Amino acid sequence: MQKPFFIRNPSVMIFVALLAAFTIGVTILSQGFGIDVISTSMVKTLGKTLCLCLIALAMDLVWGYTGILSLGHFAFFGLGGYMVGMWLMYERTKAIVVNSLAEAPLPPTPNEIREGIGTQIFGVVGGAEIPPIWVFADSLTMQLALVVLIPGILAFVFGWLAFRSRVTGVYLSILTQAMTLALALYLFQNDSGLRGNNGLSGLQNIPGAEGVPQSELSVYFLWASALALGLGYVLAAWIVGGKFGSVIRGIRDDEARVRFLGYHVESYKLFIFTVTAIIAAIAGALYYPQAGIINPAEMAPIASIYLAVWVAIGGRGRLYGAVIGAGFVSLVSTWFTGGQAPDIPLGFYTVKWVDWWLVLLGLSFVLVTLFAPKGIGGLFDLISGRIAPNRHGADLGPGMGSLREQEAEK
Amino acid sequence: MSTLLEVSGISVTFDGFRAINNLSFRIGTAEMRAIIGPNGAGKTTFMDIVTGKTRPDEGRVIWGEKSINLLKMNESQIARAGIGRKFQRPTVFEDQTVLENLVMALKKTRTPLSVLGYRRSSDDIDRVEALADEIGLRAELPRKSGELAHGQKQWLEIGMLLAQEPRLLLVDEPAAGMSPAEREHTTALLVEAAKTRAVVVVEHDMEFVRRLNCKVTVFHEGSVLAEGSLDHVTANQHVIDVYLGR
Ligand SMILES: Nc1ncnc2c1ncn2[C@@H]1O[C@H](COP(=O)(O)OP(=O)(O)O)[C@@H](O)[C@H]1O
Ligand SMILES: [Mg+2]
Repeated sequence: MQKPFFIRNPSVMIFVALLAAFTIGVTILSQGFGIDVISTSMVKTLGKTLCLCLIALAMDLVWGYTGILSLGHFAFFGLGGYMVGMWLMYERTKAIVVNSLAEAPLPPTPNEIREGIGTQIFGVVGGAEIPPIWVFADSLTMQLALVVLIPGILAFVFGWLAFRSRVTGVYLSILTQAMTLALALYLFQNDSGLRGNNGLSGLQNIPGAEGVPQSELSVYFLWASALALGLGYVLAAWIVGGKFGSVIRGIRDDEARVRFLGYHVESYKLFIFTVTAIIAAIAGALYYPQAGIINPAEMAPIASIYLAVWVAIGGRGRLYGAVIGAGFVSLVSTWFTGGQAPDIPLGFYTVKWVDWWLVLLGLSFVLVTLFAPKGIGGLFDLISGRIAPNRHGADLGPGMGSLREQEAEK
Repeated sequence: MSTLLEVSGISVTFDGFRAINNLSFRIGTAEMRAIIGPNGAGKTTFMDIVTGKTRPDEGRVIWGEKSINLLKMNESQIARAGIGRKFQRPTVFEDQTVLENLVMALKKTRTPLSVLGYRRSSDDIDRVEALADEIGLRAELPRKSGELAHGQKQWLEIGMLLAQEPRLLLVDEPAAGMSPAEREHTTALLVEAAKTRAVVVVEHDMEFVRRLNCKVTVFHEGSVLAEGSLDHVTANQHVIDVYLGR
């Protein structure tokens, strides 16, 4: 019989405990609820980082465990952001429009309100009509459902077509990248219905919570992000922990062999591709209200490539590796590109990290790939290997009469 | 004895080279068959066709009492229909433990959702342990299968094959890398399996084939050169010329 899930997976318990400690720690140090050591913008950065950790987890499932190098998961992340952003922007604009029309002698008709919202939101792209895709924007429930449905359906249809024709390896990566590019280019158009390259903005203002200051909202979002990451981690650990994990790792290592065992490989790939797309979308839906703005540039293919780099540096094929990679690299990246890293004057040339950070990242990626394929997560093997070396099958003691392994485990 | 698998008139061409040439083959429900023949005779390609890996240019492959056309099915459907395969080069999941390898092979529903909800029952563990005893890997269950010796990997793959409980076992060169004692044990396992199911063994080792004590089919240049008892085919002048005499 199998032992309970958390006993079998001590790393899940450790992770959840650390995540809780982190969240409580940040709350205590925050401006909104604590002693004001961490600024609100830093709290937002940390909250966003947790969302990036969540999408990295999804990437690890699909790439590290199943071997599908998807360069499209940031498209799902962005779509999730757009879906929630539509509601945020619509409701807030509606409140403003209703407010301004309240001055008028006659109460505004629903039509006047709609027109007002249309002009407000789509004026920048030269429109006044609310496009049909905004039909549910008035309903939070519907838009939240769409966070899951739109990326889920897109991933399912795309995956079904791609996996069914047995596109694998680098060709599949190119195909996912093409999908991402097509989506981004489409959204860049003014008549895409999502405000073209302006994207959606003002997402940090939560309708109905106007009285709550950003310093407090940021902490609520940090909590929500931490909760999502924690649940995502448990879900991922559950998926990879059992026989399903065996099968997808088998697919990664030798998919033909898995077929001959009677498993329909394409269904498994489709399942994991769709589930991870949904996880990515949820991460995006939590990320963009903290970022405040979303535009199509966010889903450009390069974002998904960064995602692969994070997971590789953190260590793919282990869940905490992905989280560490995303957290570490994105925070360091914020530090370097935010102008906080001191420039290095070489006399003849000054290394400005804002420009050179990408080179450093690329170099680290190459070095990790070549010399430490297990990534940062591999360091944990050194520790655990030292504490509990795997000596299965060996005698436990020197004498003939000492305990054997089987007896000791009883 | 009723026919389990009937292959008739199949041909395959790779880049103009006829690897299988109008080959026919049939085997009953509980029968052992050895296939011998020189390298490149098409033995592995024959198994590729039966298991759905390679599509023949022509011919028919008919399976079971209901005469199902295997050529219309994909690899995993064929495997689920009851055809298990052991590869020439041992292919086990090296990154996973012997236990995980065997559990994955156990005959169970294979859909993603049922696999997701799967929990090892004590029955399953008993079954895996019994199999592990049979293949001499009981002590290795928690080890990564990549750490096993070549012969042990062969064993593990045979164990996985038995765990699937197929009606037809296709076994490609099982004795490679095994010691004489291990070879004898393998023979015993296969003979035991053939009491209730069909077993097709490709093997070069004549001692091994003799111990199987079964009908032998000789392949040559993609078709059947001779068929009958081992003594019968080894007395055949063609067989001596193309295979034994070399
Ligand atoms: N996928 C393939 N592409 C091209 N040639 C192949 C392929 N598979 C097998 N062959 C050729 O078909 C012939 C039969 O091979 P095979 O079935 O492996 O022989 P055997 O297992 O009897 O030694 C060989 O000449 C081999 O080179
Ligand atoms: Mg061969």
